[in-house]
Amino acid sequence: MGTIQILFYFLSALAIFSAIMVLLSRNPVHSVLWLIAVFFAISGHYVLLNAQFLAIVNLIVYAGAIMVLFLFVIMLMNLNAETEPRKHIWMKLAGVVSGGCLLMMLISLVRQAVEMGGKKAMMAEGNIGLIKNLGHALFSDYVVPFEITSVLFLSAMVGAVVIGKK
Amino acid sequence: MTLLSIDWILLIEKLVLIAIIVFASLGIALYTTFAERKVAAVLQDRPGPNRAGPFGLFQPFADGLKLIMKEEIIPNTANKFLFILGPGLAMTAALMTCAVIPWSSHVELFDRTIDLQVADINIGILYIFGVVSLGVYGIMIGGWASNNKFSLMAALRGASQAISYELAMGMALIAVLMLSGSLSLRTIVDQQMEAGRLWNIAYQPLGFLIFFICAMAECNRTPFDLPEAENELNFGYHQEYSSMKLGFYLFAEYVNMIMSSAVMASLYFGGFDIPFVDEQHLVATNVLSQNVVALLGVLMLLVKIAIFIFVFMWIRWTIPRFRYDQLMNLGWKKLIPLALVNMLITGAVILWLGK
Amino acid sequence: MPVNKNKNMQALTNRAKEVNRKPMSFMESLYLPAIFKGMAITFSHIFKKQPTIQYPEQKRPFSPVFRGLHVLNRDEEGREKCTACGLCAVACPAEAITMEAAERLPGEENKYREEKYAAKYEINMLRCIFCGLCEEACPKDAIYLSETFAPANFTRKGFIYGKPDLLIPDPKTDPEGYEKAKGRNEPTTADN
Repeated sequence: MGTIQILFYFLSALAIFSAIMVLLSRNPVHSVLWLIAVFFAISGHYVLLNAQFLAIVNLIVYAGAIMVLFLFVIMLMNLNAETEPRKHIWMKLAGVVSGGCLLMMLISLVRQAVEMGGKKAMMAEGNIGLIKNLGHALFSDYVVPFEITSVLFLSAMVGAVVIGKK
Repeated sequence: MTLLSIDWILLIEKLVLIAIIVFASLGIALYTTFAERKVAAVLQDRPGPNRAGPFGLFQPFADGLKLIMKEEIIPNTANKFLFILGPGLAMTAALMTCAVIPWSSHVELFDRTIDLQVADINIGILYIFGVVSLGVYGIMIGGWASNNKFSLMAALRGASQAISYELAMGMALIAVLMLSGSLSLRTIVDQQMEAGRLWNIAYQPLGFLIFFICAMAECNRTPFDLPEAENELNFGYHQEYSSMKLGFYLFAEYVNMIMSSAVMASLYFGGFDIPFVDEQHLVATNVLSQNVVALLGVLMLLVKIAIFIFVFMWIRWTIPRFRYDQLMNLGWKKLIPLALVNMLITGAVILWLGK
Repeated sequence: MPVNKNKNMQALTNRAKEVNRKPMSFMESLYLPAIFKGMAITFSHIFKKQPTIQYPEQKRPFSPVFRGLHVLNRDEEGREKCTACGLCAVACPAEAITMEAAERLPGEENKYREEKYAAKYEINMLRCIFCGLCEEACPKDAIYLSETFAPANFTRKGFIYGKPDLLIPDPKTDPEGYEKAKGRNEPTTADN
């Protein structure tokens, strides 16, 4: 096992463990903190794939801004483990069934969509995640989706300001 | 064994470099606390601390000793793990910034060329942003885990302030990145060192001003020290902390100050560039060896950092704290539009000059 | 002359200034000119003279009428002047002084000036307000207030000064200490 593989398994284990802890924590603030740990593990994966830009943007945007806002709301609402409503056993069962369905669907989709055999992750050698290549791809191949996304963001921003002004 | 096939000498070299930088920045931070008190005193016609050792030079050690000897108090209702994690995160985030700062060009030791920079990653400046946004968690977690209303309020203030000013900071930065075309701090510094090119401050005075104000807000320095406003929130997010955990929070502020000064010096003031001197020429004509030039570069960067820290302190002891609405108005309604205008003008000029 | 807006109320002084409530102009709302002005002011203070007196090394001159710690006086031959008449204790508004009188025995003429003396004389420095009324009440000029502070102490007991603490050194055996305790010409080391 090379260093990269060890790192890969460590990060994957960390990501899955943290993701499970997000669901298992009683305290919502702990859930958010575990979710941040997930983001860090995933950023680590990006770095392994030599996608440094994606890694750091993932950290800045998700861990640095969105999760801070989440924490904000949760801290202000003062949700404690005691105030959590007791869920009925049937509700839990339904949750497990629907979650399992989603998982099966995702797996079958991924299996059908592309032939995964023979594909290799470009560990530390791919360079599509570097900022120059990513910029090129965004502004040449994907320029229309990119612009549409930015218009969507702009309209969301205007909407936020309008709601804030009321 | 592929596991052992990594370059061990490189690893040792980097570890030594990290150790030197971390200990140096901690030492400088130690004396920055002393400088803070001295500067405050001099600006207020006082002599300042002068009892511990000659000119009071041992004062920081006395302060540190006092902090360590204090009783360690963890409140009953606090969340113990997060309570301890908070100051640790604040300190880690503060120290992690130094990884991408180019302290000088390179030295030649034992037939090896050693770059005086821990990691020259091609997203250098974004890395700093990522780490700074991590630093917010130190404040938030510490404030929340204390289980104290004032701490929580201060944590929320601190987090919202940091998020708001990060935006304007990033936009001020984009103008510099458009000039340099690179995110790597070393490339940015090297470009400023090129003959016939001025420091970035000459091209980006407005951008620098915005960046400077935002850096001050990110470090929670007066006039932006709302998270630790004594008279409104008792002591802010570190109200429940005592002993070295409090020391970590206080220390992280000074380390942050040093790091943001280093970033500003690198981005706008040529980093380790010695003004009016062509270092490459000196080395090429054998006037000075590469190692001496590199050390002079480190010294130059430290001088620039010291000047920035003095300005930070000078401002702190001049102006009072902003009110919270003033802070938000300044951030969202003044700095962000100014930064946008600055970005547009820079882009237009670059296009016009046909770069 | 500033105009008082409220016509019914007479201004007491002409120092009152009307508060300027005009909305800030653009330059003012930038804050920067005002900040630079303030920074110039603080910077100019770097070069100003510091009025600090480094206390234990330098001392500030006391006023000649300063009322500090009490001293029980002796005459030129080194005899205690106090006769334990109790007038100081009566005069004391804080009731800080207590004493016990005793008769002078034969052979003690060189120690006590009068036939009666204070065997015990205590001043509680925590109660004392340093008003100097004891000094005024004393018919024998036996007690007066010197130019020293009461030093800090760890216990309350330490602030109850007995005779050994209060008595001035004997001018015959210890003339230097006597002069020092009188404290009239203590040199001051501060500049002003």
